[in-house]
Formats: sequence, C-alpha cells, structure tokens
Amino acid sequence: MNILELQGITMDYGTVKALDDVRMTVKQGEWLAIMGPSGSGKTTLLNIIGCMDKPSGGAVILDGVDLSTLSSKGLTAIRREKIGLVFQQFHLIPYLTALENVMVAQYYHSMPDEEEALAALARVGLKDRARHLPSQLSGGEQQRVCIARALINYPALILADEPTGNLDEANQNLVLEIFQTLHREGHTIVTVTHDPEVAARAERCIVLGHGRIAGEQRMCKPAPEGRPADNKEEQCQCG
Amino acid sequence: MTKYSLYGKMVLYALLRRRSRMVVALLAVAIGATVLSGLVTLYYDVPRQMGREFRSYGANLLLLPDGDNQVMPEQAVQLAAGSLPQGKVIGMAPYLYDRVLINSQPIMAAGTDFAAVKKVSPYWQITGQWPAPGSGGAVVGAEVAELLRLKPGQTVTITVPGAEQEKKLPVAGIVHTGGSEEDFIFVELPLLQQWLGKPGLVSVAQVSVQAGEGELTAWMQQTAGTGGGITPRLVKQLTQSEGLVLGKLQALVYLVTLIVLLLTLICVATTMMAVVTERRKEIGLKKALGAENRSIVLEFLGEGMVLGGLGGLLGTGCGFYFAQVVSLQVFARPISFQPLIALAAFGAAVAVAGLACLIPVRMATGVEPATVLRGE
Repeated sequence: MNILELQGITMDYGTVKALDDVRMTVKQGEWLAIMGPSGSGKTTLLNIIGCMDKPSGGAVILDGVDLSTLSSKGLTAIRREKIGLVFQQFHLIPYLTALENVMVAQYYHSMPDEEEALAALARVGLKDRARHLPSQLSGGEQQRVCIARALINYPALILADEPTGNLDEANQNLVLEIFQTLHREGHTIVTVTHDPEVAARAERCIVLGHGRIAGEQRMCKPAPEGRPADNKEEQCQCG
Repeated sequence: MTKYSLYGKMVLYALLRRRSRMVVALLAVAIGATVLSGLVTLYYDVPRQMGREFRSYGANLLLLPDGDNQVMPEQAVQLAAGSLPQGKVIGMAPYLYDRVLINSQPIMAAGTDFAAVKKVSPYWQITGQWPAPGSGGAVVGAEVAELLRLKPGQTVTITVPGAEQEKKLPVAGIVHTGGSEEDFIFVELPLLQQWLGKPGLVSVAQVSVQAGEGELTAWMQQTAGTGGGITPRLVKQLTQSEGLVLGKLQALVYLVTLIVLLLTLICVATTMMAVVTERRKEIGLKKALGAENRSIVLEFLGEGMVLGGLGGLLGTGCGFYFAQVVSLQVFARPISFQPLIALAAFGAAVAVAGLACLIPVRMATGVEPATVLRGE
C-alpha cells in the first residue's frame, strides 16, 4: 500500500524549475533515500512532502489525502498529525529541556504527556539526559532528541533532511541505527542525503538531477530484515 | 506537566532568555503605567484640592435681595443655603451694609458673622486679632484705619445716622485684603441690625461652595422662582477661572497620558518586533511541528500580557507614589488610594502591551517554516 504518491510535481521559482514532473511512490514501511547534488531539488521536494511548501503543479497524495486541495491550515494539520520531521540543524528550542522539547510536539498535537515523552527519549537512549538543555547536549544527543520529538505523535511518515549532516562518525552510526530500528518496526522514512553511506541504509534510493528523477536504485537487502547491505557493490549506486 | 504549565513555561522562559530587551520593554510599560496612574490619580484628586484652593479666594456665590429691595430676610438666606449640595458648603457669611459716621466722616459699616467670614474669606489678613464672639469688637479696614489713625486695642466711636447715641467699640484688628474690604468697618451683625433697626435682615450673603460652575448653575436654575425674596448670582470670575484651570489641566493630563501611552506602545512594539525577528527559526520550527497561527499568536500575546501585567503592577504602584509626592508638595495634602484608578491603569498597561504585540504577532504568523529552517 502506498502511503505517499507524487503525481507530476513541478515547482517553479520564477523562471527556475526546481522540480520538473517528479513522479514517485513510497510504500508503507519503506525507507526511501533521496540523493542528488546541491540544487537538484532534494530539499524542495522534502518541503513539499512535509507540507511546508506547495508545488506549482501536480498532486501529492499522503495517506490517501490530496495535499494540493488543502488550505494552509489543512497543511498545518497534516504536518501535525501525519509527519515527523528530523532536521540537519536539530532545531531544538534552546530554553526548554530535552524532555520539554519532545513535549512541545505533543503540545501542538494534543496534550503533553511526560511519561510518553520520557519513553520516546528512552527509545533513543536519552532518558538520563531528559532534564538537560540543548546547550548541555552533544550534537548526536540533540539529533536523537529531534528524532524522539519526530516520533512522539506516531507519524505516518518520518522525513529527515540530512539527519547526519552535522554529526561525527560515531554519532552518525548511532542515529542511523535508530533509523534502522524504526524502519524494522515498520515506520515509513524518507531521508534526504548526499551521503552514500546514509543512502545505503535505506531500502530504496532515488537520485534527483536538475529537478527530475535521474535514477532509482533498490538496495539488495531491504532494511526490514534489520541489516544494512554488506556488499558494497550491491549498495546504492546513487552517489 | 499540563498544557497550561508548558505554555506558561514557554512564555516565561522566552521572556527570561531575552532579559535586557524585556527589561527595556518592561520599563517602558512601567513608565507608561506610572504616568497614567499618577496623572489620573492627581486629576481625580485635583478638582477637590483645587476647589479648596479656589475657595481660599473667597465666595463663588452671592445671595442678593430680589428686585430693587435693599435687604432680605436672614431666615430666607439660611433656607436657600440649606438647599445647596450637602457637605459642599464651606461657609456662608451674611452682610448688612449701611453708612455710619466716625469722627463726622461717613464710613461704610458692615455687620457680619466673623466666624463665617473666616471660612468664606480666608485671604483676610488681620493685624491684631479677630473679635471674640459677643465681645462687640470691630475689625477696621486698612484704609479706614489709616485715615482715622486707628490701631488694634483702641476704641472707635461710631454714630449711626438718625440715632443720636454714639457707640464705642474696641478695635480688635485691622483687615488687609487689597480690595474694597479695606474701606469698611466690620461689626457683629446683630449689633448693626439693632443700631439700624433692621433685625433679621441682611444686604447680601457670600457663600463659598465647593462646586463647579455647571453644578452651581444647575442649582440656581432649580431654585429660581421658588420665592423667598432671594436672587442667587455666581461670582463669575472665580467660578469661570476654576473651570478654566481644571479644563486646561484635564486637557494636559489627557495629552501627556496619550503621548506617554503612545511612546510605550512604540517601545514595546519595537522590542517585540526585534524579538520576533530573532526568533524566526523557533517560530518556523513550531509551525513545522504543527503549531497553528492561533498558538503562535497566543504565545506572543502571552509574553505581551506578562510584560503588561508586571509593568502595570510596577507602574501603578509607582504612579500612586508619584501622585502622593506631587500632592504633598503642591497641595500639602495626602491623597487617598483609588482602587478603580489602579485597576484601570493596570488594565491599560496590559491592553497597551497586548496592542503593541499585534504587529509583531502578524510578523510571526507570516513566518514560513520552509524558509527559516532551510539547511545551511
């Protein structure tokens, strides 16, 4: 079953075509990586899928809802109800603790629940750091708080924009392992990355070039079985 | 942690995080509230204080005989004065005038109630002393005293035309007013009534009432045509001056308050606009997490309300202190705390701070998450 379907998406900024007739689907429980060089339209595409931007043309069907028919308020509701966002810069609120940062997502969704937020932090290995401010956390820890925040409202789709872009190798592996666990548990994940190592952990990889889909690669070993592809030759060739 | 406590924490911590900016905004609100509370408290109290001050300039209402009559019954005067607003009459001094002879020189004599004169005309400056009640003493106008070379403690001999008998009165004091009173000799009213054979009659009654021109005119219209042989008349110079001064003071209070509130509004709005600009990423993040514009508006309004509330509390207190100091310095009287004015000043401070947040809040709701959260 497709949870996401893009039908001929275009995005124009004046005379510049950021996206040109992008068509793709994402199945429920799939982990898709979107790759491409700088300016290829990756982030624009992620913003459209994440209801933070409206395409100039085409339709986005997310969990059976045609996003192009929705108002700004409707898109906000979809963002709140169905999407979990993970950012490259983490974007934590600096004056709130890790726990409160997670609870903020609950606050805008429904009701803050401290126990549930603590459980989400425990899931990313940060229960002990729940009462710390973002400035007291390392980059990897901040990103894990960001993931816990993305998960807290049980989103239908997790969107991650360069989730390891600001992390060292150790933290990158830690974050990717969390994503793999989430994937194994059945979460649908779309990751934008320029890092082949990250893309290699995904189930499928799409390459964007000049706003078009320039290529697609299915990984030899799908992630639901819990393993990254071992054989380098069989890994994603996108990068 | 409930939704409300998280909201409260977000509002409070957002304020605390930008202490210096918020202290400036808080001071702006506090100063606005101080001026508002102080000036309004003063303005509320000033008519009362000014009224007392004006009353020291003498009577503002005259009760005169009807038509061509030279005198009117003292009883009718009392009756008319009794119908004036309760508690606002400072005093009523009846006068009976006639010419007498002193050393064969014609001098105007006035019979009056010295105790009432003290209340109605507190500007009288007496050299010597006021006559003791029932002593039969006289107060001599400064001009008359100079003409007749009279000094307190001496005796003056008065001849009433038509009565051959001379009256000898002790001079208790000499009165200086700079006005027509200096050409008179003042004796006790019953004494002159008896000498002139006009018992129970007076020529005029001067009344000092703590009321404005409008109130007195309304009273005059009410009493007109009720009979009694009395015609009330306003001392226009005093009543109009009082109204004029109070009117100008009112305009000044309104103007200063308006300007200060406007400056407060601009200061808070500027601060909040800077805060919104600084917090664009945070706003974008909240919107990306699904916050509706309503939630963002509520958060910034909450910050504005906290600023307004704290500034309002501080300013209302300072305003009362300011008004108290001014009142003590200018009028030498304390003022009483007016809870309604304090409440209004507090409410105005909160309202101004809330209003000042409108433009910044509009800016905040216009933040596009995709733009501000773009990767670097």
